[in-house]
Amino acid sequence: MTGSTADLRARRRAGLLLAAPAALLLALLLFLPSSGVLVLSLTDYRFGMPGASWIGLENYARMLADDRIRQSLGNTALYAAIVAPVSILLALWLAVLIEATGRLGGFFRTVFFLPVTATLVAMATAWEVVLHPSFGMVNVALAASGLEKERFLSDPSLALYTLAFIGVWKMVGYNVLLFVAGLSTIPKDLYEAAAIDGADRGWSRFAMVTWPMLAPVTLFVTVITLIRTVSEFETIAVLTNGGPNGATEMVLYTLYQEAFRYFDIGLASALAVCFLGIVAGASILNIVLFDRRSRHG
Amino acid sequence: MARALGWTLLCLAAAVTLLPFVYMLAVSFAAQGTIYSGALLPAPSLAAARENYAFALTEVPLARFMLNGALVCGVLLVLQVTIAAPAGYALAKLPFRGRPVLFGAVIVALMIPMQVPAIPLYVAIAWMGLLDTYTALIAPFVISALAIFLFRQFFVNYPSEVIDAARLDGFSELGIVWRLMVPAAWPAVAAFATISIINHWNDLYWPLVVVTRTEMMTPPMGLAAFRSSGESAGNVGALMAGGVMITAPLVLAFLFFQRALVRGFGMGARA
Repeated sequence: MTGSTADLRARRRAGLLLAAPAALLLALLLFLPSSGVLVLSLTDYRFGMPGASWIGLENYARMLADDRIRQSLGNTALYAAIVAPVSILLALWLAVLIEATGRLGGFFRTVFFLPVTATLVAMATAWEVVLHPSFGMVNVALAASGLEKERFLSDPSLALYTLAFIGVWKMVGYNVLLFVAGLSTIPKDLYEAAAIDGADRGWSRFAMVTWPMLAPVTLFVTVITLIRTVSEFETIAVLTNGGPNGATEMVLYTLYQEAFRYFDIGLASALAVCFLGIVAGASILNIVLFDRRSRHG
Repeated sequence: MARALGWTLLCLAAAVTLLPFVYMLAVSFAAQGTIYSGALLPAPSLAAARENYAFALTEVPLARFMLNGALVCGVLLVLQVTIAAPAGYALAKLPFRGRPVLFGAVIVALMIPMQVPAIPLYVAIAWMGLLDTYTALIAPFVISALAIFLFRQFFVNYPSEVIDAARLDGFSELGIVWRLMVPAAWPAVAAFATISIINHWNDLYWPLVVVTRTEMMTPPMGLAAFRSSGESAGNVGALMAGGVMITAPLVLAFLFFQRALVRGFGMGARA
């Protein structure tokens, strides 16, 4: 009955019909404009100007020669190099501690996850008040203990690290959640077996069981965190506008400025292509490594 | 010893995590002068709180921003599910030409950040004269690769015999999607709704691109505009009151529906 050719044909047609709207919109709203960016990056198109001409890879050459963009890429790399490892290792540590606390674990998990749901723009302004150069709580505390007050967001040598701190604050909770989920899948008898071998607590137990068993989760967390850190935008746009003096300018903020403030669409598109390369590269690396691990492990 | 160190670290990390929430709430309840008093936390006062929250709601049109945010998130979620659920069902259960290609396209789409198609989309939207409209805020996101993927993963495990039986009972394929599959897939719907609402309520990038008029701003954009306007300099209390109000809906929802939301994030993360 269900196997007859007429039925099969009807189901093929239904499949095509049901998938068509999504396929069409996917092409129209995602793939077409994403390829459009590639095309625009090879032109000197400026929004509001009539016409555009092919200039080959000139936008990419301009990008690499531009000091501001080079600084922006460097800042992005430095920011990611701080926020990713700190938020991953701290989250792993906190997750292992939470796992050991028993009933209170749920409370800590809730607390750490709050920054993930909270509106980052609002929380960034709250941090700005906490870190205010004169009346902020941190500086009040610094002054009370006889230390110099700091201009956390306007001192060029501090601003990027301040944003990195807020980045870690935002990122840790999500990573804790993923690690806690990963830890709960480790079979208890592995710990018992390790205990027989003498690895019954603390570091040796972690090194022998937890870390190797958690490797796939750690890999996944690393990729997600890397993508999120190179995509930082809100804290810059709200708190520093890339300043002071370009000290906190990062790739998405530069891209936004070039495209939607200066309307230099060609250059901005070249930046967007590079950004896509970084993000897609990380995702593909994740798939390849994950695939290899699941095949050999 | 190690145990005490662990507890200390946990409590310290929790304190730092909560610090901006507590401070934001405290300053939103404080009178203008008391914030500069040099105390760690300003003293709360109900009269000051009333003034701060009233200022944020009336002088800054925060109520309007929140309405915009709710409208955008609500309409978007309905459209995303309406478009993605049939596609997810087709990918999971119906053999049609081009199915592997579409599934591959969905996987690739998951890796493309929104900022990449944003430039051509902006040019197109400006060209159509749609800047500063709800359409501009909503249209680019009505197709969600994540939603298609989550639905597809969920539907694949649905027993085909039940679907066949439904067909014998005279269900159309679309009827199967909406009366059988989607109700059975509520964890996937809840998971996706969580991710979608959190992303779009909190997003700053796209509203900054397509919106300039105050009455079209979403909550984060409105708050950011208030912060950088001259008014906020002398009124930190109202700024923090605004922060509390736009953060509260999602944080409170999270505290109420914690278990479903955490599971949702876990599912979204695996996508």
